[in-house]
Amino acid sequence: MNEIGLSEILVVSTVLFFTGVYGFLTRKNMITMLMAIELILNSVNINFVAFNKFLYADKLDGLFFTVFIITIAAAEAAVAIAIIIHLYRKLKSIDVDDADIMKF
Amino acid sequence: MSASTVIFYIIASVIIGGGILAVTSRKIFRAAVFLLFSLIGIASLYFYLNYEFLAAVQIVVYVGGIVVLIIFSIFLTHASGDEMKKPVLWRAVFSALAAAFATALTLLYINEHNFTATANATVAPTVKNIGLQMLSTTQHGYILPFEVVSMLLLAALIGCIVIAIKIKTKE
Repeated sequence: MNEIGLSEILVVSTVLFFTGVYGFLTRKNMITMLMAIELILNSVNINFVAFNKFLYADKLDGLFFTVFIITIAAAEAAVAIAIIIHLYRKLKSIDVDDADIMKF
Repeated sequence: MSASTVIFYIIASVIIGGGILAVTSRKIFRAAVFLLFSLIGIASLYFYLNYEFLAAVQIVVYVGGIVVLIIFSIFLTHASGDEMKKPVLWRAVFSALAAAFATALTLLYINEHNFTATANATVAPTVKNIGLQMLSTTQHGYILPFEVVSMLLLAALIGCIVIAIKIKTKE
């Protein structure tokens, strides 16, 4: 068994990404869909860090992309939860099938 | 098998196991706790790769911020302990098939592709180097995205207040 290289970490991030995609497709609850999106964003972060570490160790660009993605994910989660709480007040439910008040 | 390899496989199993349980668990609070384990596993993966600053950011922002926010919103919107509905069977089956085939295809390409690393001298991801490059105004500086993202955070802050505020209606 040799040392851990790039491809092992890419395998982890790929499996995590498609786990998140599966959760996003099957869940009907808004908070659990948000959790699936967090998993997807985190797998992308792992990819950025792994490429920076193993292929472009002379730069720090992958690290900066990861920092900015984490920031934007935090803002996105905060706005999404504000919307979910507002919808819960209106509809008494956070199921995506019930949120059809903007349908024409 | 060296100790480093064993540690990596432990971290990987925590990440993937936590992720799978987070998207399949039928109790929403348990799903949030499994998501927490997965995020801590990712932070330890950053520690494993010697990106200590990023691991600290991951723990502070995700574990200390986002998961706590998710758990708060679960408590605000759910009666604790009730189970969610099972996903429709055909939807679960086809989603699992799509995810499995896409994973297989991506892994195939990862195996086939030949990655070539750069030969230049490495830059250590220390806090000093990160701070100097993030706030530098020269060619490879990141001051502009830094400022843009700070404006985005301000906008998100105000937007959250505006969306979630409770307007009193006059009776």
